[in-house]
Amino acid sequence: MGNVLVLADYAQGQLKKGTYSVIAAAKAIAAAQGGGFDLLAVGNGLSGSYDQLAGYGAGKIYTVEGPAFENYTAQAWASVIAEVAKAGGHTVVLAAASAIGKDCMPRVAVKLEAGMASDISGLGDGGTYIRPMWAGNVLGEVEITTAVHVVTVRVAEFDAAPAAGGASPVEAFNSSFDAGSLKQRVLEFKPTVSDRPDLAEAAVVIAGGRGLKSKENFGLVEDLADILGGAVGATRAAVDAEFIHNDYQIGQTGKIVAPDLYMGFGISGAIQHLAGMKNARVIVAVNKDEEAPIFSVADYGMVADLFKILPELNERLKALKQ
Amino acid sequence: MKILVSAKRVTDPDARIRLKADLSGIESEGLEFKMNPFCENAIEEALRLQEVHGGEIVAVSLGADDATTELRRALAMGADRGIRVEAADQDLDADLVARVLVKLYEKESPDIIMLGKQAVDGDSNQVGQLLAEYLDLGQATFVSHPGGSTGMNSGDPGIEIDGGVLKAMREVDGGAEIVEVDLPAVVTADLRLNEPRLPKLPNIIKAKRKPLEELTLADLGVDATLRVKTVSYANPPEREAGVTVATVEELVDKLVNEAKVL
Repeated sequence: MGNVLVLADYAQGQLKKGTYSVIAAAKAIAAAQGGGFDLLAVGNGLSGSYDQLAGYGAGKIYTVEGPAFENYTAQAWASVIAEVAKAGGHTVVLAAASAIGKDCMPRVAVKLEAGMASDISGLGDGGTYIRPMWAGNVLGEVEITTAVHVVTVRVAEFDAAPAAGGASPVEAFNSSFDAGSLKQRVLEFKPTVSDRPDLAEAAVVIAGGRGLKSKENFGLVEDLADILGGAVGATRAAVDAEFIHNDYQIGQTGKIVAPDLYMGFGISGAIQHLAGMKNARVIVAVNKDEEAPIFSVADYGMVADLFKILPELNERLKALKQ
Repeated sequence: MKILVSAKRVTDPDARIRLKADLSGIESEGLEFKMNPFCENAIEEALRLQEVHGGEIVAVSLGADDATTELRRALAMGADRGIRVEAADQDLDADLVARVLVKLYEKESPDIIMLGKQAVDGDSNQVGQLLAEYLDLGQATFVSHPGGSTGMNSGDPGIEIDGGVLKAMREVDGGAEIVEVDLPAVVTADLRLNEPRLPKLPNIIKAKRKPLEELTLADLGVDATLRVKTVSYANPPEREAGVTVATVEELVDKLVNEAKVL
């Protein structure tokens, strides 16, 4: 059987921790088919991050770097990933179900004449993949019928691979990609500025919904996140009301989180939101409506006015953390 | 400007979907079907672009007879004509849908193919990207409105078109990206691209007379082989019921001493 190729997940040139969850999935697949796995890093000026990839047991780390790869585009990345997979004879190509993975991996599938399983949450027997459907209310087992498989991984569902030691060799791959063939270009990137941990990677997530009523009030949620060193999350309603930037939306079509602790304030628990957080280890919900669906997944529920609860909670936890 | 838009029929996005007792598929009894919300965004954007640039909007749906409901809704929103490609949902995968759209692209020669970024049933998020690669076109996926909710509600398109190039804002990890893509192009719509209009009654009546073409995979010469098959379904693990706490003091105590997360 062939080997697995893993696209290391970078966002704006920064290696994302989700990469280690994809490596965990790759190792499980490689073990099942009796092969190994390789890593691929695409970008410009990434070499400082290679030592963060070297100790995980990859056969090699392919790198494709240069000014042509300064900005991510689906066309460029798909070309390079497919080229490396063909040259390396990889039979399974994996990436995180991140903004980049979701965007470019279907194009890779076409180039490799492969079927693709999106956003897998587990592995089935005999080379099948388990993936959430219908906002996570159903788990489907999918079989890919082509020789090569293309897969994106829901990183919150796989524990990060532990460092295995050793140092995988780095091999600069000579790509024939021609930047002149691009039909799409990045004009500008507008970063979301935050000092808090990345929502998808945080151990603590404090989320707010429409019940916060205003952007100013949403500050109460942000205060609690800062007290606990956690990330801030939001519902679609809170994002649409512009309490906070869309980068913080949790749910079926936003970020999928599985922190140790999730606390939701003023969140009713629409199906689309639950799809993004119901795998948190401990869920706390505060809502004044006792019928709110979020209570059905909460370990600790409080039926109360969040404007009374949050200030008191923030005071108590601030004291506790000092 | 000619735009091909998607109008997929999906299970009610707000319904809690459950499996049948024998796990053979989802329990469809009492279940309503609606248009995929992201397709509504795609159609709304096509209409806004048409208001600025003129041209024609062709709505497409792959589905059984009942998918005509969603096509008529697209026509009632303002699309000019519809095409339904006969297919049963369980006989489709994203790749086959994309290959059908390739044929419709060749038949219709649109400037933009505007799709929802994902369908809320399969949640695959693949078709637009697959299509763009099959056609060797550029893509702008997960497009939202650069003007935020004000822009979303303004009635103006979120996508600019000028000199054979479209400019759009994409929602990506860590921020937003402004991209330009040569036409023809594939665009997939995110929810914050616009606020889709509700069809007005006179338009619902008018939509019944708009042309709706029906085609089969054989008509289009598409090979129906699937690359991905769903072989079984399972229920996700249930969470154990939690407890209600009365005071902040009690909550903090539980988090510290019972859950040990603080």
